This record gives sequence, structure tokens and C-alpha cells, in this order.
Amino acid sequence: MQDAVLARQAMARQRRGRWLAHAALALGVLIFAFPIWITLVGSTHDAATIGRGDVPLLPGGHGLENFSTALGEGGGRMHTTPAAGMLLNSAIMALLIAGGKIAISLLSAYAVVFFRFPLRMAAFWTIFITLMLPVEVRIIPTYQVIVNLDLFNSFTGLTLPLIASATATLLFRQFFLTIPDEYVEAAQLDGAGPLRFFRDILLPLSVTNIAAMGVILFIYGWNQYLWPLLIINDRSMETIVVGLAKMIGSGDTQNEWNTIMATAVLAMTPPVLVVVLLQRWFIKGLTETEK
Amino acid sequence: MATLNLSAVTKSFGATTVLHGIDLNVADGEMIVIVGASGCGKSTLLRIVAGLETPTTGHVAIGGREVTRLEPADRDIAMVFQNYALYPHMTVAQNMAYGLKIRGTPKEEIARRVDETAGLLGIGPLLGRKPRELSGGQRQRVAMGRAIIREPKLFLFDEPLSNLDAKLRVQMRGEIRRLQQRLGVTSLYVTHDQVEAMTLGDRLVVMHRGRAAQVASPMEVWARPADTYVAGFIGSPAMNLLAGTLAEDGAAVQLRAGPLLRFTDGPRAGGEGRPLTIGIRPEHMLRDGDAIVTVALDLVEPLGSETVLHGTLASGEVLTARLPGMVPAVGSNMPLAIPAEALHVFDAETGRRLDA
Repeated sequence: MQDAVLARQAMARQRRGRWLAHAALALGVLIFAFPIWITLVGSTHDAATIGRGDVPLLPGGHGLENFSTALGEGGGRMHTTPAAGMLLNSAIMALLIAGGKIAISLLSAYAVVFFRFPLRMAAFWTIFITLMLPVEVRIIPTYQVIVNLDLFNSFTGLTLPLIASATATLLFRQFFLTIPDEYVEAAQLDGAGPLRFFRDILLPLSVTNIAAMGVILFIYGWNQYLWPLLIINDRSMETIVVGLAKMIGSGDTQNEWNTIMATAVLAMTPPVLVVVLLQRWFIKGLTETEK
Repeated sequence: MATLNLSAVTKSFGATTVLHGIDLNVADGEMIVIVGASGCGKSTLLRIVAGLETPTTGHVAIGGREVTRLEPADRDIAMVFQNYALYPHMTVAQNMAYGLKIRGTPKEEIARRVDETAGLLGIGPLLGRKPRELSGGQRQRVAMGRAIIREPKLFLFDEPLSNLDAKLRVQMRGEIRRLQQRLGVTSLYVTHDQVEAMTLGDRLVVMHRGRAAQVASPMEVWARPADTYVAGFIGSPAMNLLAGTLAEDGAAVQLRAGPLLRFTDGPRAGGEGRPLTIGIRPEHMLRDGDAIVTVALDLVEPLGSETVLHGTLASGEVLTARLPGMVPAVGSNMPLAIPAEALHVFDAETGRRLDA
């Protein structure tokens, strides 16, 4: 009898605990998702609705119209730069940054881990220290250098200073350190030179890590704001994050919020797609190794 | 197929010398087992032959060709690693073919040799699998296949069986030996397992602290160990080593444990009272005989067909005996006989064997 009561109490407690957990999760989702929902809904109404100061919570009927305006002519009051071009620019920039960083990091991590050369550790620490010097810190000298090299308004100038960093080098170094020496020795006996070993054995083993790094770095590149703002002033080369900010007029300007929201949705989509499509690899790369 | 010659090979890492001048001549087709406790330098020696380490001084020649300064790939050798080191992202067939592919062997030739080697090792059905889908024994075979397919002059084995369970180890040991004899490839095999060493080797190199303590056939090493280290290392349970002094003008030994034993193979040199170490294998101990010692038993291990007894002598020395059949339980004092014809005589100071 007593036990039956205890069991019922335990069950009730369990149910209450589960309910609480779900409530907390739902609250979290709400806090994160609500602004995005507002943006999404806002992009489907006409300018007047939002202009009146209403905050609609349900989608309206102007979605197609708004998105085609944003893509084809450009959002905001001025309709200056079409989002299609800016999306392309952002994609090129993000891919160059992610690809460049991965290529450079793989090679430098390879050198630091697998070769014995003078000042090896000094080289490693020099690379490591660049972690403390992101573009924002060295922005004036970097700007000077890029302008002097005549790389203003070019993809080279846009991506090169962002490529040089240590994050990915560190990750790849840690991964390479876990690769047993025997692979290197077996490859040596098989007659594989350093580059062959890198291509035939190290790269295939690093695929999941490269994918994980690719996701992180693509988003890092896509979200760049300060540097593109400085180095690009040609409208046709504008990236979407910078373009979006420029669309919003300041002061008393009457903003065309619906197309701005549509542009914001467009700007958010590619990183989301990358995460969704590569997430299986991403998780694999961060959690397991093929050995 | 080739000979292997090591002359005065030394190796130092900084201030530590791990090899103190190793000389070794391996005949064509011979299987040499390098055996020793961990840290004795046996793996370093193998890696020097492989070219993965460079000797500090000395020379290595394979098939009469000086290879001391050559890259591993140019030495025409193949190696089986302890953890197999199969490339995890390649299939079995690709793993085996990789070395040939790098050397630019034609595709048809590679395919033919992969099939041939797979047939030889019975891994034909596994060719399309990845290493992680294989069992330990199968990986071991693939690692062997990767070595064999190159048709090298020299096989190097670095403790290839130590990751397998006991039963599989015995089976693979037999396979390695049969395969090596069939292919007739000169082989160098490193192990810390004395049973592997005894069963596999044409000759053994017993390493101790960077020196070759003895180089001889397994039976020779067992029957006539060159020093007390080898005597204690080869044989299971380990040989008993008892203190004694030379007596009766070198014709006998006075054991600290009591009995006087007359040498059956002739007198030893040295003066009366020269300190000796007397070795006697546990399996040579008898229940009955002339020279009786009393053992206070503290552990009895019945193995079915025989019994291993551990105990202490009156002198405080530890003695192990392996006797056929069943033997009384712990706690009892038991008289055991030391047969004079089974003695090994060593100098107590240098540990070297003293022959008549």
C-alpha cells in the first residue's frame, strides 16, 4: 500500500520534471526564434503595414513581391544594390576565406607536426600569437598595406587579411598529433614522399575535420562586416551583410522595412543551408576520428 | 632475398646510448628473432635496419649493398607494425597495392599480385573492406599481405602479434613461420615474448641493455645460456640462480643452500672459494637424488600434467621447481634434489657462463 503511494509520487515527480524541462526548452526556442519570426513575417507585408508601427505576427500576402524587389532591385528606400549580386559577392568572399584558411592551416599544421626543422616551435608560437591579432586589432596597418598593394576594391584585398589566422591551424595540429607515427613510417616504407603522404593519407583522414572547419569558417567569412565596409566602396562588389546595414537610413528617414526584412532573410539563408547540409559531417569532425 | 650485415651499430639519443655496438650477420632466408625486455634497444635496432632511425655509428648492409644512409623506401624491405598501421580510409586491396602504386607498377600487374597475395593469405573475400571492418587476426593478415606483396629482400616484424589474444597469437605464429619458410625471405622479428622467440627463430639475438647478450639457435640459448641474464630470461618458469663457491680444486661447487655438487663435465678454472652463480632449471629439479635441499613451499600451482612449486631454501634463496604429476599442498617442507648434470655455472661477478 505504502509502496504504491511512493511509486505514484515518483511518477508524478518524473512527469513534473519532464514538463519543466520542456517548458525551459520552449522558452529558449521562443527567445531565439522570435526575432527571426518577426523578420520572416515582416518580409511578407507591404511597406505601409510596418510603416504604421504595427508588428504583425502572421504572414501577409506580399512575400513574392518583396523578395523579387530585394533580389532584383535592392531593398530599402533607395533600391540601390540588388541582393542577388551582393549574395554572390558574399558567397565568393566566404568561400575564398574558408578555402584559403583551410589550405594554409593544413599546410602549416602539417609542417609543424610532421617535420623537424630549426625554430619549429618558434614558428608554431608565432602562428599561435596571431590568434590575439584579429583584423579588428590591426585594421589600420592592414588597411594601409592593402591600399599600398593596390588591392582596394578587389576580392584579394577583401579576403587575404582575413585568411591569415591561427584558429584552423590549431585545430588541425591537434588532429595531426593524434595520427599514429606508424602511418608515417608505413608510408615511408611504401615509398610515399611528404607530399604524397599529405595527399594520399593525411587529407583523406582529415575530411571530417575539414568539413567541420569549413562550416565554421564559411559562417565567419559570411558574417564579416568591418573589413568589407572599409575595403569595398564599389557598389557592385558590396557584400550582403554590409549592404543590409547600408540600406537602413538613419534619422527621420522613412525605411522600406518590408524589403529590408526580405534582404535580411536572404542574408541569413546561406549560412543556415551550409549548417543544415554539412551538419552530419560537422558533428563527426568535432567528435570522432577515423582511426 | 638477401643477407643482412650489421657491423658495430650504435645509437645514442642525446646522452643516452641505447645500442652499444651490435654486430650481426644474417644468412639468406634466415629468420632471426630479436628478443629482450622492454627498453633493451631491440625496436631501435629494427628501426635502424628499416631506415626509420639512423645509427650513430656503424653500418648496415642488405644483400651486400651498403644502405646505412638510404631512405627506407630505397632499401627494398617491408615491415609489419605492432598496430598494423593499415591506412584506415583505404580498402584492404588499396592498402596492399599502395606501395606498388607509388613505385609505378602497371595496374594489371598490381591486380594480379593483390589477388595472388590475398590467395596466399586467405583474405580474398576481404579485399573490398576497410580495416575497421576487420577482426584483429584479419588485420594482421592484411598487414602481412602488404609486406609480402612487395616481394622485398627483407621482412621486418615489430612485435606483430602482441595485439592479438592468446589463442590467435599461437595460430598466427604458426602461420608466420610457415609463410616465411615457404617464401624463404630473410626476416628480422622483434618480440618480448620468449615463446615466440623460441618457436619462430632460426637464431635468437637476446638483447640486454643495448648489447647482444647471446646470438645462437633457440636450443643453444636454452641449453647453454651465455650469462645469467639470458639464463633467467629464456625458459618458463625462469631458471633458479643460486649462490655458491668453487670447491675441491674447481671440481665442485659448494652451494650456500647446503649441498656440495660435483661438476659432471669437468673442473672450472679459478681458486678455491671463487664466487659462482649456479643455474638450475625448474623442470630439472627432481624429487629424489644425492644433493637434497629442503624447500619451504609457499605456493603450489597445479597445471594438470605437472605442478609448479615455489618456495624458499634455508639460505633464504627462492627456488622454483616443475615436477610431473601432483604434489602436496602449501605449507609443507619438501625435500628436492638438484641433479649435478643439469647445472649451469656462471661467474658471480660478471655473470658470464663458465665452461669446463
